[in-house]
Parts: sequence; structure tokens; C-alpha cells
Amino acid sequence: MAKAFSVQRQRGFTAIAIGCFFALYLPIIVLVFYAFNAGESLSSFDGFSLRWFARAFENQQVIDASLRSLQIAAVAATVATIAATMAALATTRTEPYRGLTLKYAFINQPLMIPEIVTAVALLIFFARIKIWTGYSGLGYLIAAHTAFCIPFAYLPIRARLENMDLTLEKAAADLYATPWKAFRYVTLPLLWPGILAGFMLAFVISLDDVVITQFVKSAGQDTLPTYMLGQIRRTITPEMNAISTVFLLLSIGVVTVFFFVNRKRV
Amino acid sequence: MADVNAVEIRNVSKIFGYGEFAFAAVDSASVSIRQNEFFTLLGPSGCGKTTLLRLIAGFEFPTSGEIMLNGENIAAMPPFKRPINTVFQSYALFPHMTVAENIGFGLTMLGRPKQEVRDRVAAMLKLVRMEALADRRTSQISGGQQQRVALARALAPQPKVLLLDEPLSALDYKLRKDMQIELKRLQAETGITFIFVTHDQEEALTMSDRITVMSSGRILQVGNPREIYDAPSDRFVADFIGETNFLKGRIETLAGGVATVDTEVAGRISATVPTDFHPQGEVTVVLRPEHATLCAPDQPGASQMTGTLETIVYFGTDTHYHVRLSDGESLFILREQNKPLQTARFAEGDRVGIALEANAARVLRN
Repeated sequence: MAKAFSVQRQRGFTAIAIGCFFALYLPIIVLVFYAFNAGESLSSFDGFSLRWFARAFENQQVIDASLRSLQIAAVAATVATIAATMAALATTRTEPYRGLTLKYAFINQPLMIPEIVTAVALLIFFARIKIWTGYSGLGYLIAAHTAFCIPFAYLPIRARLENMDLTLEKAAADLYATPWKAFRYVTLPLLWPGILAGFMLAFVISLDDVVITQFVKSAGQDTLPTYMLGQIRRTITPEMNAISTVFLLLSIGVVTVFFFVNRKRV
Repeated sequence: MADVNAVEIRNVSKIFGYGEFAFAAVDSASVSIRQNEFFTLLGPSGCGKTTLLRLIAGFEFPTSGEIMLNGENIAAMPPFKRPINTVFQSYALFPHMTVAENIGFGLTMLGRPKQEVRDRVAAMLKLVRMEALADRRTSQISGGQQQRVALARALAPQPKVLLLDEPLSALDYKLRKDMQIELKRLQAETGITFIFVTHDQEEALTMSDRITVMSSGRILQVGNPREIYDAPSDRFVADFIGETNFLKGRIETLAGGVATVDTEVAGRISATVPTDFHPQGEVTVVLRPEHATLCAPDQPGASQMTGTLETIVYFGTDTHYHVRLSDGESLFILREQNKPLQTARFAEGDRVGIALEANAARVLRN
């Protein structure tokens, strides 16, 4: 009996697949490995130790930068998710109309604009506002992060909404639910996994940003990524590996939690 | 209240689009639906029946005209204020709720006490025979069961009118037959006015107290199933409700509601004429396939119609015959009831005559 075509049975498939996984994960495995190095080197392993983790946790600059990163990411992701949710509702909970595609394009366009262009534009724009207002706090970074997080939060929320039957809200309205109640008891519970996914994606994107942050930040506003960027210009120690490893564990943790939260709902 | 119509559609139009793209999905429709009636909106897809239903539900608002519910104009009322519930074609059950939560949703939104909601849900589950599945998710039950939950959910708040938007179209034949009986039972038990939308003429004939036939946004005829079938108002209705033979001819005499029509293919036949209609000259006569039988071409009593038997289609309960008439163009359809152990009287290709039952033919208004 003839078997259906499967790319898995093509010659060389396994080798290429293994090669790709190595390219993806080998550097990360090496990075994590040297985080536990007792010595100062990133190339020779001198025994197992947690000293670099201890060093990182005692480093006030690392702590400050981490807290700042988390603070910016939390606020930016929250605001971006709310904005993205409203945008997604407005673009999907309606019969298609002329101009809808244009709206999608406008919402998603920030994904296409080179980040460096946005960064330079914001630098110039915010410099002017700083002169006018005299304010130079974290607000600029939060505003910038919120802006570029919106399209990332929008994508999973819209995907979730598009798979949702438009008649569900009609059914709710038919059963005496006011528009607010229909949203509260039907749309929102069904949309929740999408909102959560959008928030987490936005959170991670904000946490990870270097280019825009580097341009927009004022003195003493280093986030963890820009701090690390500053450090590796000097001597690199396994402390960087330790910080990265903690970051990695954190993100694996978030993804795992999300996976289980999402699986409970249908 | 009993003498007030449950729903009255007064000269309602719904225009979609603007300018040159504007089209009337519902065009100056007027119809009255009585209390406790099983009323059906019937027509092909795109005829406006679903739009009319949505206007009654409140998902669309009429461009002009009035919609009266028990004597009150509700044309501008939002759907959540109308004491009308809908069974959707896709059922639209809430996937994040259990069967019981779905059924109780309407009453909960109305702010009824918890105990009342519980009692009513229990009564509804019993009514649609779903007690055992109360705590299931809607994704864990079959299509027929989802259908029943959708019905129970719409009936739970005891609406004045229940709207049903082609609710049986997703079910297989056997289940659909069962649900047709179930719907009739529910309507009788609840005493609620049902407005049912379908494109299936057989479904409409078997279930309805009265039927409205729609086409291109307009209401063509309102009547009980027998009137619609036996006395179609025009060619479209005659054609849409069951198979029909159309014969062209000229009126020769007209007296006492019976006309003698000289037809092109069947010669002189007598046909009933609608009351208050005095046709002259060219007319169209309709003849249902079951009111004609096959016979030998030269048998006495046969009409002047003869032809060649082209196809025989066996349906179990009856057999359909397609006869190519002697003019070589017209196709005449006959339907004969099958009898036990009956052997075929004719074969495809045979020369046959056609005998017509007396007064079976009817002159159309246009």
C-alpha cells in the first residue's frame, strides 16, 4: 500500500533536523553550563559552583536594572494589552466592512518598521518633550515600550477572537444581556486565554528590548539588557551567564504556567 | 390579548447598502402572526426570510415600517429588551458554560432569584429530556443534543415568541424527522408562538399552521399548508412548493369557478379558477404530478397528452415518471403511489398516454 508523502521520510531529514536543533540550543546549553563555572573563564571549566549566581544577586546594579525592567515590562504590557484588546474587539466583533484591512495594516505596521528608525524618531521626539516639560523619569521608556508592544499583544487576541462565533454575542443579547453583560459573561471569559497570551508576549518583548531602550533611556535608567550590553564591553565573567540563566528559567516558567492555564480552558 | 396578533409586520422594508449598491432584503412586507401559531417563513436562500427574522429578533432594525409585538411597536427596541428568544442555526451555545448554565443564562441576565433559575432549568432539562447531561460542557454532547439545549435555552425565559432560524438544517435525515415531531410537541406544550425559518418546503408543509412564501424580499402568499400547496397564488409559489407541471393555454369558457382551457400540449382540459379572478385569453395552468397517471396511449378517458417515457425514478413510497411530450420539448412529471408487490407497468422508452384526475388542474393568477 502506498504511503502518503511525508517530509519526515525524505533522505537527510533527520540530519538536518538535528543540525537545526543544535544550532538553536547548543549555544544556550554552553551558556548555562558556564554559569556554574567555579573559575573566571568562559572557555575552561574549573569545577561546579554557584558563586556567580550569588555575585549577581548581590550586585546592586543588577538588582536595580532587573527591577526597572520588570517595572517597565509590567506597566507597558498591561497598557498595551488593554489597548490591543480594544483594537481586536473593534476589528473582529463586527461584520467585515470596507477599510477593515487598512486598519489591520495600521495596527500591525510597527512590526515592519525597522526598530532603529522608531528608536531614532523617539529619541528626537522625547528630547523635545523633555525640554518642554522638564520631566525625565521612566515615563518615556514605559510609553515607548507600550507602543511597540501593542501589535505583539494584538496578534494572539485577534487570532482568538477570529475563531469565536460572532453569533455568541447575538445569542447573549437575545437572552437579555446588555452589551456590557454580554462582554462580561460571554466575550471576556472566552477571550481570556488570548488576552493572557498577548500580555505574556508583550511582557517578554518589553523585557528583552535593547535598541529602543538604549536610545530612549536617560542616565541611570539601565534595564537589564542594556546593563548587560554595557558590561560585556568590559571583561566578560560567568556572572553574565548566571543572569542569563535566571532569565531563561523565568521565561520557561512563564511559558509552562501559561501552557497549563490554557489547557484547562477549552 | 387573545384577539391581538402575536406579531404584526406592517409595511416593513430593510435596505442594505447605499446608492447604486442599495438593495432591499425585505421589501414592503406585511404579515400578521397569530397567538400560539406555528408560523413558517419559507423561501429560497436570499429571499429575505432570515433578514425578516433578524428584524423581529432585533439584530437588525427596519429601514421603514412597524413591527408590533402584542400591539406594541418594538421596531426600535434593542434585542435584549424584547421578550423574544431565538434558536440559532449554529445553535450559538456558550462553550465555556455547562448545559445547565447555558439554559439558565437568560433568566440569570433577567436577574431572577437563583432558586427560580435552578427550578426552571430543571424543568427545561426535563422538557427536552436532557436531565442526565446537565453538567456536561456543550462540546461534549452530540449535534442533536446541542439542538435540544439551544431550544431549552431559548424557551427557559418563557418568551412571547420563539424564533427558529433553520434549526434543523445541520441534522441528518432521521434526527431531523424526530426533531420535527419534538418541535411540534414543544410548541403544543408551551403554547408559545413559533416563527420558523426554512428553505425546505416539505418541512414547512408538515409542521406549520400557516406558511409565508417569500421571494426577493417580498411576501408572495400567506396561507395554511393546504392552501399554499393546492392554490398557489403565482408561478413562483407553485414551482417552489413541490414539483409542478405548467401548461400554457387559452381560456375558452368560464363558469362557476371552472374554466375550459385549450392547452397546447394536452388539448381541452377543465381547470379550477381562483375566486374573484376572471381570466381571459392566455393563461398558465398548473398540474401537480400526483394528479396524473400513466396509461396506454390510446386508452379511452386519457387526455390528448401522449409522449415517450424518458426516466423512471423509484422513491420507495412512490415512483416518479418523466414523460417527453409529443411536441418534443415539454417534459411532464407524474408521481404514482407504489402498491405492494406491484410490477412495473411501463419501461423507459415506452409510448405512453397521460390520464388526468378531474378538477386537478388550476389556473394561475399570473
